[in-house]
Amino acid sequence: MIAALLQAAPKSPVPLYVVGVYLLLLLGFSILNSRRARGSAGEYFVASRSIGPFLLLMSVFGTTMTAFALVGSTGKAYDSGIGVYGLMASASGIIHSLVFFLVGIRLWAIGKRFNYVTQIQFFRGRFQSDLLGYLLFPVLVGLVIPYLLIGIVGAGAVVKGIAGVPTWLTGLVVCGVVLSYILTGGVRAAALANAVQTIVFMLVGILAFTLISGSLGGLEQATQNVVDNTPQLLAREGEIGHLQFLSYCFVPLSVGMFPHLFQHWLTARSAKTFRTTVIAHPIFIMIVWVPCVLIGVWAAGAGVEAPGGNSNAVLAKMVGMQLKNPWVSGLLMAGILAAIMSSLDSQFVCLGTIFTHDIVVHVTGDRFDEAQRVTLGRVFIVAIVAVTYVLSLFPPPNVFDLAVWCFSGFASLFPLVVAAVYWRRATAAGAIASVLVAGGTWAALFYDGLLGPTLAGEKIGEDYLIGGMMPVTVMIATSTAALVVVSLLTRPPSGATVDRFFDEGTSTEG
Amino acid sequence: MTRKLSSGGKLAWALVALLAVLHYDFWNWGDRSVVFGFLPIGLLFQALISIGAAVAWTLVVRFAWPTHIEEWADRSVEEE
Repeated sequence: MIAALLQAAPKSPVPLYVVGVYLLLLLGFSILNSRRARGSAGEYFVASRSIGPFLLLMSVFGTTMTAFALVGSTGKAYDSGIGVYGLMASASGIIHSLVFFLVGIRLWAIGKRFNYVTQIQFFRGRFQSDLLGYLLFPVLVGLVIPYLLIGIVGAGAVVKGIAGVPTWLTGLVVCGVVLSYILTGGVRAAALANAVQTIVFMLVGILAFTLISGSLGGLEQATQNVVDNTPQLLAREGEIGHLQFLSYCFVPLSVGMFPHLFQHWLTARSAKTFRTTVIAHPIFIMIVWVPCVLIGVWAAGAGVEAPGGNSNAVLAKMVGMQLKNPWVSGLLMAGILAAIMSSLDSQFVCLGTIFTHDIVVHVTGDRFDEAQRVTLGRVFIVAIVAVTYVLSLFPPPNVFDLAVWCFSGFASLFPLVVAAVYWRRATAAGAIASVLVAGGTWAALFYDGLLGPTLAGEKIGEDYLIGGMMPVTVMIATSTAALVVVSLLTRPPSGATVDRFFDEGTSTEG
Repeated sequence: MTRKLSSGGKLAWALVALLAVLHYDFWNWGDRSVVFGFLPIGLLFQALISIGAAVAWTLVVRFAWPTHIEEWADRSVEEE
């Protein structure tokens, strides 16, 4: 039966029609909603701080779940088994909500009180340092670019696997659609589109899981194939090391420094708006990740070969091979693209926002009016998307691994944001040292662990480990050490600055 | 100004900490058992950690919500 299932369905144009209709509907919906945004920078960049609990949950979740969660998790489970869920999904359920609660709410409050729109504005204000802002800008943009790449590469892999469309064309269409509604509507358009797309990809994910398991002979038969053929994927033994597993827990700390997530936090109507997000986030992650991990190990158990050894394509191959109905395949493809685009849009808006506020307005003052600032933000977005698109045309590495490197970079900056909101003694020099050390350590390890081998044409099979641990451990340790040591060696921040940011108290109340 | 946690708040945070520890389920490391006929035990346990996290965060939100931060955000700088 497995042999029969492995007969790939002939490519049909129907899935592309379905995706085309979905993209048009999305564009129409987004542009319709974006009319509220015209003319106001506050509306364009932080949706007038009016987003409610449901939209915040959907936009935060949709933003954090990208190709990494669908394409990457399936591929990684195909390679390394069910342990992938514990590496990222269950850990994120605890750590993401922890960060939303302990860092997100405080940053929302500070942002509202002092009318901040970007992370860099906050850090400049907290540490009274222009230099820190100029340093953070290229670091944050540099880390967002691989994050964008993950989405574009993932979308290309999916559409090529299901419908045979070249990856360059998919990247072009996806970027074009997302740019179209972002350039008109800003962060509110992103939040609304995220809500729609998050619902679409969660429903479609459940549908895919049901149909694929059915096509493999049912849940029990699909898992029995794994028991018979690839039993090592049913546990972590031999696939994931103990220190590797434990040190992966540092990776989800990245959400504390995602600039696009910071911007979504600031859109919240009130602190209470965060409650639904904090509670529901772990369950939403589970709903998306459990099916993807099972599909990945089922693919391995069924003897499905990743095209060209590229596990990015496993999910698409499973959808394309197992589901003979092209309408259903089209629907699933649209769902996967929805997940990917729901991250890209927030990242696009965020790039424009930080460029506008942290560079243009900061340098030129009131020289540009609000409409001109929005226009400049749009121009920068298009430029960065163009650069990322060109990068996506080169042979991509594994989506999961690229994502983990990207998240590790953001996580290495996490000590900075914790110190900024909880440690009165943290100084500008300490913050600058921390960013420099984090950036330098990340760049050196990234080159050694991923970029260098990829440029040399080597296939990267397993995680790059240092003493059995993920490199994020070293990054966080060194950036924390730099922050603490340099802060203690330099003059404390002024009393006025400390009072300004810490006068609300330091702990939660019952 | 430091605020004290209620007993419920302490319990809620203790549950979060417990889940973080249980997340390292070394006893399932090499266990390839399948439950309900299709679900590897290691995956089931980790999915239960996700469900437990939602419960724990519900309790944190209920018993340890930082009301003072919202009040602080709503006060204008000029008022102080």
